Amino acid sequence: MSHLTLRYRLNGNERADLVAGDETLLSLLRYRLDTTSVRQGCRQGTCGTCTVLVDGEPRLACITLAATCEGCAIETADSLPGSGGLHPLQQAFMDHFAAQCGFCTTGMLMAAKALLDVNPSPSREEVIDAIGGNICRCTGYEPIVEAVLAAATAARAGATPPAAHRHC
Amino acid sequence: MAIALETCHALREAAALLGRAPAARFLGGGTLLVRALNEGEADFSTLVRCLDPSLAEIRASGPRIRIGAAVTMARILATRELDFLHSAARSVGGPAVRAQATLGGNLFAPPPYGDLCAALLALDARVSVQSGYSARDVSVEDFLRERGNGAGRTLVAGVELTRPRDSRAFRFLKVSKVRPKGVSMLTMAARLEESGGRLSGVRVVYANMAPAPARAAAVERALEGRRLDRTGIEAAAAVASEGFSPPTDSLASSWYRRAVAPVHLSRLLTGDSKRSA
Repeated sequence: MSHLTLRYRLNGNERADLVAGDETLLSLLRYRLDTTSVRQGCRQGTCGTCTVLVDGEPRLACITLAATCEGCAIETADSLPGSGGLHPLQQAFMDHFAAQCGFCTTGMLMAAKALLDVNPSPSREEVIDAIGGNICRCTGYEPIVEAVLAAATAARAGATPPAAHRHC
Repeated sequence: MAIALETCHALREAAALLGRAPAARFLGGGTLLVRALNEGEADFSTLVRCLDPSLAEIRASGPRIRIGAAVTMARILATRELDFLHSAARSVGGPAVRAQATLGGNLFAPPPYGDLCAALLALDARVSVQSGYSARDVSVEDFLRERGNGAGRTLVAGVELTRPRDSRAFRFLKVSKVRPKGVSMLTMAARLEESGGRLSGVRVVYANMAPAPARAAAVERALEGRRLDRTGIEAAAAVASEGFSPPTDSLASSWYRRAVAPVHLSRLLTGDSKRSA
């Protein structure tokens, strides 16, 4: 089987890895590089839990061939916390009880980040569209939408997002 | 079985490679082929991708528009000059799928996918096909007829189409049972241009009412030359399912598709698509 050298940037770090032509980005990140924040769900491009950012765009790692990411900047949820602590999205997800089992959470966070990076003031409808390819079977989505909106508000204000009313 | 990935830099080179290798498939965004790979359903041993810049070009400044096959749904949505295609492009998956899924791939997508293909058929687009070292343009109808006959090895370079005269002249509707982002149970697209207050050159297309997107000939005949008013819409709705034997699948039965087609067609024609979407 032929392999090629993939040069890319993962969460800000330059890397070069040998990849097979048919190796998915999910396989490379999760199973070879142990980046376990990239979850394996359906492997059909349906559930969204493997969402990462490739050059700032949301991509489904399960249906992306790693070899097609030559020269790209890849971001996973591991890149979210900064030196100042949690990313506003992570804080808002905690505050708004937007994660329950947590299986969809990293994909949701990256889908939301893709939105807020280009649209710091999204409407509720835009948030719903942004996470429209990500399935959550716990929350009913509403806490996630609220969290993304709160994170946007907090990020604009440069502050920690306000805590919502706790559900429990 | 390991799958080889070949990267070409010119369209002709990729087309020639596809022509030589019967078990090769062209890789666009990968939303269908990599999924097949994951499912162990790959009927190919080689994937061919092409980095020719022409595949990613959009020329949309005039009335005649050209869109390269590698243009993604996300890029269509980001291009203001293609606003008439935005409803169709937005109906394809979530943002991550839209960032990967290409126009060319949509032309090959089997049911229940291929919503943009239905829009392109309604807009009477021409498909630029590269087979080996020869290039030709075919209608979307002819392309779809050829699709199941070895067209998997055909390389689509792009499509050309004429911009609708005004934004209301093109309508698109996707009906799904899962919101906001389920697959299509029924998709409709229509070009409804008027001349002297009457419809002229009407094209109405259904997807998922047949094995591939298809024109609703009876509906087109019912609307041609009429005004798009209540009488005209009722005449069209009365023959909405004529000529179709829709499939029964996990999304809906054949009977259900025939039964609801008039309802959704009426909504499409009255511009009330949001009630169906």
